[in-house]
Amino acid sequence: MGDTLLSLKGLTKAYPGVVANDDVSFDIRPGEIHALLGENGAGKSTLVKMIYGLVKPDQGQMTLKGAPYTPAEPRAARAAGVAMVFQHFSLFDALTVAENVALGMENPPKPRDLARQIRDVSEAYGLPLEPGRVVGTLSAGERQRVEIIRCLLQNPRLLIMDEPTSVLTPQEVDILFQTLRQLRAEGTSILYISHKLEEIRALCDTATILRLGKKVATCTPADTTARELAEMMVGASFNTPEPKPRDKGAVLLQVEGLSLAAPGNFGTPLRDISFQVHAGEILGIGGVAGNGQDELLAALSGERRSMAQSVWLAETAVGAMGPVKRRALGLLCAPEERLGHAAAPDLSLTENAFLTAAKRQDLTKRGLIRWGEARNFADKIIKAFDVRTPSAATAARALSGGNLQKFVIGREILQRPRVLVVNQPTWGVDAAAAAAIRQALLDLAASGAAIVVISQDLDELMEVSDRFGALNEGRLSVIHPVETLTLDQIGLMMGGAHDMEVAHAHA
Amino acid sequence: MDLSSINPVLLVASIMISATPILLAAIGEMVVEKSGVLNLGVEGMMITGAVVGFAAAVGTSSPEVGFVAAAVAGAALSLVFALLTQVFLSNQVATGLGLTLAGLGLSSLLGKPYEGMKSPTLPKLDIPVLSDLPVVGRMLFSHDMMVYLSMVLVLAVWAFLKFTRAGLILKAVGESHESAHALGYKVVRIRVAAIVFGGACAGLGGAYISLVRVPQWTEGMTAGAGWIALAIVVFASWRAGRVMIGAYLFGGVTVLQLNLQAAGAKVPVALLSASPYLVTIIVLVIISARGAHAAPASLGRSFHATR
Repeated sequence: MGDTLLSLKGLTKAYPGVVANDDVSFDIRPGEIHALLGENGAGKSTLVKMIYGLVKPDQGQMTLKGAPYTPAEPRAARAAGVAMVFQHFSLFDALTVAENVALGMENPPKPRDLARQIRDVSEAYGLPLEPGRVVGTLSAGERQRVEIIRCLLQNPRLLIMDEPTSVLTPQEVDILFQTLRQLRAEGTSILYISHKLEEIRALCDTATILRLGKKVATCTPADTTARELAEMMVGASFNTPEPKPRDKGAVLLQVEGLSLAAPGNFGTPLRDISFQVHAGEILGIGGVAGNGQDELLAALSGERRSMAQSVWLAETAVGAMGPVKRRALGLLCAPEERLGHAAAPDLSLTENAFLTAAKRQDLTKRGLIRWGEARNFADKIIKAFDVRTPSAATAARALSGGNLQKFVIGREILQRPRVLVVNQPTWGVDAAAAAAIRQALLDLAASGAAIVVISQDLDELMEVSDRFGALNEGRLSVIHPVETLTLDQIGLMMGGAHDMEVAHAHA
Repeated sequence: MDLSSINPVLLVASIMISATPILLAAIGEMVVEKSGVLNLGVEGMMITGAVVGFAAAVGTSSPEVGFVAAAVAGAALSLVFALLTQVFLSNQVATGLGLTLAGLGLSSLLGKPYEGMKSPTLPKLDIPVLSDLPVVGRMLFSHDMMVYLSMVLVLAVWAFLKFTRAGLILKAVGESHESAHALGYKVVRIRVAAIVFGGACAGLGGAYISLVRVPQWTEGMTAGAGWIALAIVVFASWRAGRVMIGAYLFGGVTVLQLNLQAAGAKVPVALLSASPYLVTIIVLVIISARGAHAAPASLGRSFHATR
């Protein structure tokens, strides 16, 4: 057993109606970076929650360094040397970095010593962080550092990282990988969950692939192509989206000097944003989360109004109009947050379809809802976008993230928008569904719509967009054609280094 | 108007007495809200504390026993709230309002036999040297135990939230119960403890009204003090020091306007009666208009550990 740190044997966990993990076994060696791969709903999260003591397995055993390991709660897991960095950070916005770190430790030292330790560790691993800052003011990358440092201060033997790079710039990813390699060299094992295949191939020593709760394979990622990994995850081959030839038409969406104050304490103000999107064109807008993406979407959808002249839909100044009027004119939006923003969780799919499509699909008659038509429209979306749901009468909440996302995007696309703005169209969606959504966006552009895709997934933006700009602290960088950009340049754009000489050339 | 009829020494002394029940209830509710729970049942817990404290004090002729009984009664009532909102995940606003209605009804039922009686009251503490100081001695240093206890409680709550790990965990639960749960903290357990503390404080506050301020029982005698305590917590932006300022301000203006009425001030009585509410709100709004005054981010949201 000297060569195994953590050994999982036959772990099974069932929830009512679904087996999240079915007889999963694999070993993690000391000082290796072990990838855990799988689509959404493949059971990755449940598995790591069992290792971290948040969930109890129904069956199966774990052994840590040869001794039985049954953590009843995270505290026990931490005491045994298992630490975890969460995907949705387990941080407290209103508290300081040091307080957040202290909350994740069993026996935190005195505040002054803790601040010193945080500085020491952050220097040792190249993760600069100021202990006194309030977490709500930090960027996503800095927040992740808080989580990592919180774990490192406890000298873990196993560090679990749940999709750590989904919110980072390429430069931040580099820094993170250096840190992880340094940890590996020091003998710490890392269980790395991700669905970014290239990252896994670059970083990880071993990969375990889960599909529908079962282990499919354990392999060496460096010897396997990304395509093979993806097909093992999905269990079938799927098509990569293909752009159709399309003609650039007239300018359909124009934003001119759009500035808006920050909506709340932890919001981002929009500063002097200008861009144009032509018919048949997709503009990709990247940037690290929290740099004004949500605010930009709200300003384009009409949830927040601006000066009439700041937003133009073809020849109409729509900046001062609300969302209903903009929708009527053909400017549609699909926000990032699926439950609660894009869809009302407890309403049925039919009702949700009605909510944004009432006007454009003519679903009302003298103020009354035409239920038959609304149901037909919902069924049409479900069919066209392969939404897996028992029926259109199912509540939005009951759908998995990927299926609801397909529904939300499909609902807007089928309304034949002139301009479509989407934020994070494939966030948390599995590879096959993501490919379908991207294909639908490309098809929509080919049919002559202007599309703005706001996303933190650079691969996605490179795949679908014609031109690319990055948001940084509410400012939009200069926009460049995608084919002229390198990953380094994109990283710099996301970090806010604007090339001033050409600042007025494009846009 | 004859201002000379107002004795400044007695005025300050009675301000402290008038502020104490609100201060007790408000500091308890602040802890509850810091943990992310909105308990609108303060008024109900106060009046229940008032009647139970009164009954116990009359029955045993010991006001101290009365206060203990009041704290237990307030805590017991709040435990019902905790069970409904934390275990059965009922809506906190509706449950809190229900608690107030239940408390008011329960108290008038329990209090019927005690109407018109007089209760034993707390003795004034004689603090050596300090109580004998001229003027200041009678103003500040010859009150009953509960006045000082309420101040100690404010100080303790402030220190608890600022310096202790338990206080940090309490704040963390109120900020983000999901994060706290992910780190392995027992969200429900911590919240129930905070709710019970808040209930006990409200009970003490109620008993102070029926045992010290007006040592007798009248139906509905808390007269909205619980609501004022709730408002003070919000306007004090969840800070112990400001809660104290708010409570004393309200108590102060209440007593002052009564004195002014008695002295025959040429101001409409209605305006004078409204003045404590107006002044408290205005002052606390001015204080909280500056600087951060963020409510606990999870305030009023139900927590259910899924998966």
